[in-house]
Amino acid sequence: MAQVQARIATHESQGVTLLLIGTALLYLLLFLGLPLFAVFYEAFRKGWELYWAALQEPDAWSAIKLTFIAAAIAVPANLVFGVAAAWTIAKFEFKGKSLLITLIDLPFAVSPVVSGLVYVLLFGAQGWFGEWLSAHDIKLIFAVPGIVLATIFVTFPFIARELIPLMQAQGKEEEEAAVSLGASGWQTFWRVTLPNIKWGLLYGVILCNARAMGEFGAVSVVSGHIRGMTNTLPLHVEILYNEYNFVAAFSVASLLALLALVTLLVKSLVEWQARRSGEPLQHG
Amino acid sequence: MSITIEHLNKQFGSYRALNDINLEVNSGELIALLGPSGCGKTSLLRIIGGLDVADSGSLLFHGEDVQQRDARERNVGFVFQHYALFRHMTVFENVAFGLRVKPKKQRPSDAEIKRRVLELLSLVQLDWLADRYPAQLSGGQRQRIALARALAVEPKILLLDEPFGALDAQVRKELRRWLRRLHDELHITSIFVTHDQEEALEVADRVVVMNKGVIEQVGTPDEIYATPASPFVYQFIGNVNLFHSRDHAPWTGQHGDAVAYTRPHDIDISPIQQDATALPVEVKLVRAIGSVVRVEVATQNSSELIEIELSRERFELAPLANGDKVFIRPRQIRVFATGVPHELSAA
Amino acid sequence: MAQFKAHSVLPGFNLALGYTLLYLSLIVLVPLSALFFKTATLGWGGFWEVATSDRVLSALRVTFVTSFAAALVNVVFGLIVAWVLVRYRFFGKRVVDALVDLPFALPTAVAGITLATLYAPNGWIGQYFAAQDIKIAYTPLGIVVALTFIGLPFVVRTVQPVLEDVEAEVEEAAASLGAGRWAVFRRVIFPALYPALLTGFALAFARAIGEYGSVIFIAGNMPYISEIAPLLIVAKLEQYDYAGATAIAVLMLLISFGFLLTINALQWWTSRRGVR
Repeated sequence: MAQVQARIATHESQGVTLLLIGTALLYLLLFLGLPLFAVFYEAFRKGWELYWAALQEPDAWSAIKLTFIAAAIAVPANLVFGVAAAWTIAKFEFKGKSLLITLIDLPFAVSPVVSGLVYVLLFGAQGWFGEWLSAHDIKLIFAVPGIVLATIFVTFPFIARELIPLMQAQGKEEEEAAVSLGASGWQTFWRVTLPNIKWGLLYGVILCNARAMGEFGAVSVVSGHIRGMTNTLPLHVEILYNEYNFVAAFSVASLLALLALVTLLVKSLVEWQARRSGEPLQHG
Repeated sequence: MSITIEHLNKQFGSYRALNDINLEVNSGELIALLGPSGCGKTSLLRIIGGLDVADSGSLLFHGEDVQQRDARERNVGFVFQHYALFRHMTVFENVAFGLRVKPKKQRPSDAEIKRRVLELLSLVQLDWLADRYPAQLSGGQRQRIALARALAVEPKILLLDEPFGALDAQVRKELRRWLRRLHDELHITSIFVTHDQEEALEVADRVVVMNKGVIEQVGTPDEIYATPASPFVYQFIGNVNLFHSRDHAPWTGQHGDAVAYTRPHDIDISPIQQDATALPVEVKLVRAIGSVVRVEVATQNSSELIEIELSRERFELAPLANGDKVFIRPRQIRVFATGVPHELSAA
Repeated sequence: MAQFKAHSVLPGFNLALGYTLLYLSLIVLVPLSALFFKTATLGWGGFWEVATSDRVLSALRVTFVTSFAAALVNVVFGLIVAWVLVRYRFFGKRVVDALVDLPFALPTAVAGITLATLYAPNGWIGQYFAAQDIKIAYTPLGIVVALTFIGLPFVVRTVQPVLEDVEAEVEEAAASLGAGRWAVFRRVIFPALYPALLTGFALAFARAIGEYGSVIFIAGNMPYISEIAPLLIVAKLEQYDYAGATAIAVLMLLISFGFLLTINALQWWTSRRGVR
């Protein structure tokens, strides 16, 4: 009897429960489910052939290639940085640590458009290094290097942010044990630290990659929108859409939506794996 | 291997963790560093192990200064308070780690590593757990694996930080005896840190009592208990009654301003006044706890309770009840003049 | 020597810190500092002129008002979503939970064109509103829709773990003291969630202010009405007015920085009050 009372006292009535679930699901359906479905619906509206044709276009191909190149440089670069930063911050005590953490988060606080703008200010024709660059015939802005730089900037904190709280939570006793057992610095890192953070690392890489491939604002500012040359997939979507070529725009967009779905799936798997192996991820 | 520590100092910010530490540890000895938390015992252990560096002073292993040698080269086995087992490695791989990371020339063959690891696992009686992961072990098992891992590199010195701190009472007791037996078998110079006086007195050959960064006393368990060198040691080890000279002048003697300590089992109770120094008291509480009977008494003009322990047999010869008026007299008492450098911490 | 860094047996501090600082400076600090040097070339008067021009002021107003509205929507519905995901069991919950992160994973341009299509007067959702004479796409309302999408995960993900940590015992204690369900929520659960809600709000708001990709497709981009500040930066850049673009960027940074400081202060104040 008493138990029944207690259950009722700390639970909502069934009506309220259903109302809350209904509201939440309707909200998510309207803002997430429907848009996701619409991407694929619009892409396949005029049938397979047109969908396929839109993806086979040379400009689409070069956009795919450029997107992969940008991610293939930005992700490893930020991976190395993330590990170095997390190692410094999580395993050592030094002055100015919290300032360093704040500075690492800085790119998240900046509008993507501004992220692109700063590189234009540095390397653009009127920029600090503009004259020197053009004298040496080096083109960074409105060219691939600028796109890579902007991509690195906007994805800068992802991996470090994932690793810092994780490594802080794990402490440094295991590393100290390894050193006291005679392991060198590299041996300690490769055999003890890295295996302990593998899931967090993978998680950060997935999020970093999704953002790197999907970034629009920053890349848009530095790209110059030269078809077949400096267009990434999101920029290509924009061009097609503005030309009222909706089927092609949504066809290319469906690739990116697919990437998002794969990202979510892998992310969930990694979270699940990490929990199962007893190293729950710490989101900072 | 013997350890010599001379004039060791360590400061963390404004906090003095170690203050002019001098200590000699003989080869093959089992030493306990005993003290309350924050007394500097763990700092001292970490400095010996090379995990921390001292600000000044010298640290010699077998007469040789090792301060410039980093932890990898000291040949010291360190067992961490929370074990620090590698969570992604099996028990076998944990124990094998120290052998696998040796430089190629010194590294034993795989077969040799396997033989040594299994030998160590059977030494700690856990060979059947070789394929498990640390998360699948009980606290006591983890502790023994951590020990096996430390022993795998054949250290000349074994350091253990609160080895039984995280275990429950029953397992603690078993592991204590087991550690003592293991030490008698291996005879590695060993130092362990503990805040539990019972543990220190039961396991160690000699006990080093520390407080606020200084060594209060070094001695065998018996010496530490029977003849504490300072008020701190008296209060930290075992139960004790404290008497101020202003209240109990006859017991503190001619020392002027002083305090006197006596253990509960060193006090005689008698219905008649034994001599001029005996104190008239009233019995406030009588409680039998196992083999002893604890009696609490108070003088007429003080609310402070004095604790007395009697054996059950003795108590049954002359039973006491609440409200009885009796006389007490210490069989043994130690007097310390106040104003000694050591501050007394509240009992 | 022990002044800057505490001793550690672990190696690699100098290398790792050196690399971290170098990379941070090259990628983030030096480029960002260019922002302030460029603004300085305008002089105080020039900066003030850009900052107070009608078009800039209205773009800033549109940006901050729509961002605020979207973050507010997300606080209300984000709380409900978090509550439902933590407290109830229903079919497909794990999929729904994973889907909440979609706005983090879906490129903003894709979100932009899709939302514009859905909320256009002839779109699946827009048509129902158009029938009531409400235009969503190509108005500030459309901006709010896009920013709501972008900020959706923030409140949910900050509230969820806190809600999971609310001890059932506390609720049971309140109930046993005679509190009704609503009173338990209002007096026991909500105060515990309050700081997380505030954090979620701040994150969603900050993200919305800078957002570009998802907004420009649905906004209509009419100067003075539905033009957001990031778009104005791009427009100035396309006219090679670098100083003007930079001035707006700095202005945005300053305002959002001030706003986040306020939020932090508010949080500090509530957490201090909440000390048990």
